Amino acid sequence: MTILDVKDLAKGFGGIRAIQGLSFSLRAGAIHSIIGPNGAGKTTLFNLVTGLYAPDQGRIAFLGETVTGLPPHRLAAMGLQRTFQNLQIFETMTAVENVMVGRHLHILRGLLPSLFRLPSIVRSDRDARERASRLLDFVGLGTYAEIPAGAMPYGALKRLEIARALAAEPKLLLLDEPAAGCNAAETQEIDTLIQRVAAAGVTVVLVEHDMSLVMGVSDHILVLDHGQKLAEGPVAEIRANPAVIEAYLGTRAAEAGAVPAPAG
Amino acid sequence: MRVPLPSDDWIADPRRGGLALLALVLVVLPIFLPNRFYYDVAIHAGLAAIAVVGLNLLIGYAGQISLGHAGFFGLGAYGSAVLTGTHGWPPLLALLASALVVAVLAFLVGRPILRLRGHYLAMATLGMGLLIFMVITNERTVTGGPDGMAVPALDIFGFSLSGRNKQAWYALVALCLLLAVWLALNLIDSPVGRALRALHGSEVAARVGGVDVAEYKLIIFVISAVYASVAGSLSAHYGGFITPDAVGFLHSIELVTMVVLGGMASTYGAVVGAAVLVALPQFLTAFHDYEQVMLGAILIVCMIFLRRGLLPSAIDLIRARRP
Ligand SMILES: Nc1ncnc2c1ncn2[C@@H]1O[C@H](COP(=O)(O)OP(=O)(O)OP(=O)(O)O)[C@@H](O)[C@H]1O
Ligand SMILES: [Mg+2]
Repeated sequence: MTILDVKDLAKGFGGIRAIQGLSFSLRAGAIHSIIGPNGAGKTTLFNLVTGLYAPDQGRIAFLGETVTGLPPHRLAAMGLQRTFQNLQIFETMTAVENVMVGRHLHILRGLLPSLFRLPSIVRSDRDARERASRLLDFVGLGTYAEIPAGAMPYGALKRLEIARALAAEPKLLLLDEPAAGCNAAETQEIDTLIQRVAAAGVTVVLVEHDMSLVMGVSDHILVLDHGQKLAEGPVAEIRANPAVIEAYLGTRAAEAGAVPAPAG
Repeated sequence: MRVPLPSDDWIADPRRGGLALLALVLVVLPIFLPNRFYYDVAIHAGLAAIAVVGLNLLIGYAGQISLGHAGFFGLGAYGSAVLTGTHGWPPLLALLASALVVAVLAFLVGRPILRLRGHYLAMATLGMGLLIFMVITNERTVTGGPDGMAVPALDIFGFSLSGRNKQAWYALVALCLLLAVWLALNLIDSPVGRALRALHGSEVAARVGGVDVAEYKLIIFVISAVYASVAGSLSAHYGGFITPDAVGFLHSIELVTMVVLGGMASTYGAVVGAAVLVALPQFLTAFHDYEQVMLGAILIVCMIFLRRGLLPSAIDLIRARRP
């Protein structure tokens, strides 16, 4: 089954054509990676898919429904979640509250019950807090629960965003460079986390520059360059694709000596 | 970076004493009020605090500015004045009707202007406040124009409460303030409050998380307008006379100043800000011609040295003393 279908998508910023004529579709229940050099348009693609940007042209279908032009909160209700390359954290709120915001669509949130703190709200909030705590444990941040997010270390915030996104019970989860700035051990944790999330039935799309993470974890890779699709296919095929090696892996492979072997 | 109080802090947690402490202060305070003049200051501070607690929900928690809230305060005040004075409505009904009208107006005005951000939102709300001021000033036949109008005494369930009855008014305002604070604290610690704080922290992440940002901005704009309206209605009855000054631009600025001075995103801070800014000028009258200068200087010094506002900065100081 196709979970995300993108047809002839285009988005420009002034003179820059960040995405041009891009079409692809992603199968449900797999881990997909989108790779490409800096400025290739990966984050722009996420912004288009999540409804933060309106495309200049093209069509996006999520779960078989055309969703082009829908606002992000409507897409969230359909089961679409993401994390951000440049962290988007609610700094003045505690870690557990950050994750509770992710439960927004699943909990009672009536205005009058909230104002008068009726037992229905107290109960539903207690459940939300428990679920959020469990998710913090799941991503390994249990000890931070009552700490203001603004006081947490950078590496933890990446995982806090993942916990918040998971709280919404997504069907499709877009991760924008979750391992950026992480050391080898933290990257390994992210790797495990992605696999556990996927094993729970969530379709994952990973944007990442860490090639060993990408090659190790992905079922399918899409290569972007200058806002266009350069190649697409299973890991082995992408690793052997001369155009990919030339345009993207090539420079890094040359630096590193070779394309790194898959980890795990 | 502003790091808030951890939620286990007694004053940050309404159910562990903050509200009880406020109630205690309000009960004990009259012992230190030697005469009618001090009662009058305390009542004015309490009335302002009700409006400021509401405005702080909008500015401090949701991060949206309004430079026009005196407009809502004034509509509440004039609504009560006209409905009770001219049309003989019971004051309580007039207060509720005015609040309802203000809620509808805030809803209609808020829809288009809350799409604006930062300075543009400030300008739009400023314009809204000025418009309300112009209407009230120009509708002489209804409002008495610049001369103002008299307002009948508040009577609740047949019990008449003249503005001269300071003790009774003090008790009434204290109760209303406690109610206002309790509702605000409940809201902040609810899914609605979390959505508001989230959209303040990162609008993008809030939207992706499922928060209909436009809807929540509108909800809190309407709620804060209703707070201002109720404070306006009560003030009108207490003073017994109102003029368009209550609706003016300077009053809007005063309300925002109270929010910032007390401490943004601190409900008790809003009460402190209102109390200080109402009380301070009374004590500065000793400086005669230099009263305004002193007030300005104190505000500048506060903002330089206590940037987070009086209450949060004070709590920080107390914490720093602890080992
Ligand atoms: N909001 C914006 N306004 C103007 N230009 C933008 C905007 N967003 C992206 N761009 C431009 O679009 C192009 C694609 O950027 P994008 O952030 O999507 O790349 P990316 O593949 O995510 O890169 P990176 O790997 O560095 O994160 C870049 O040239 C960028 O400068
Ligand atoms: Mg990017």
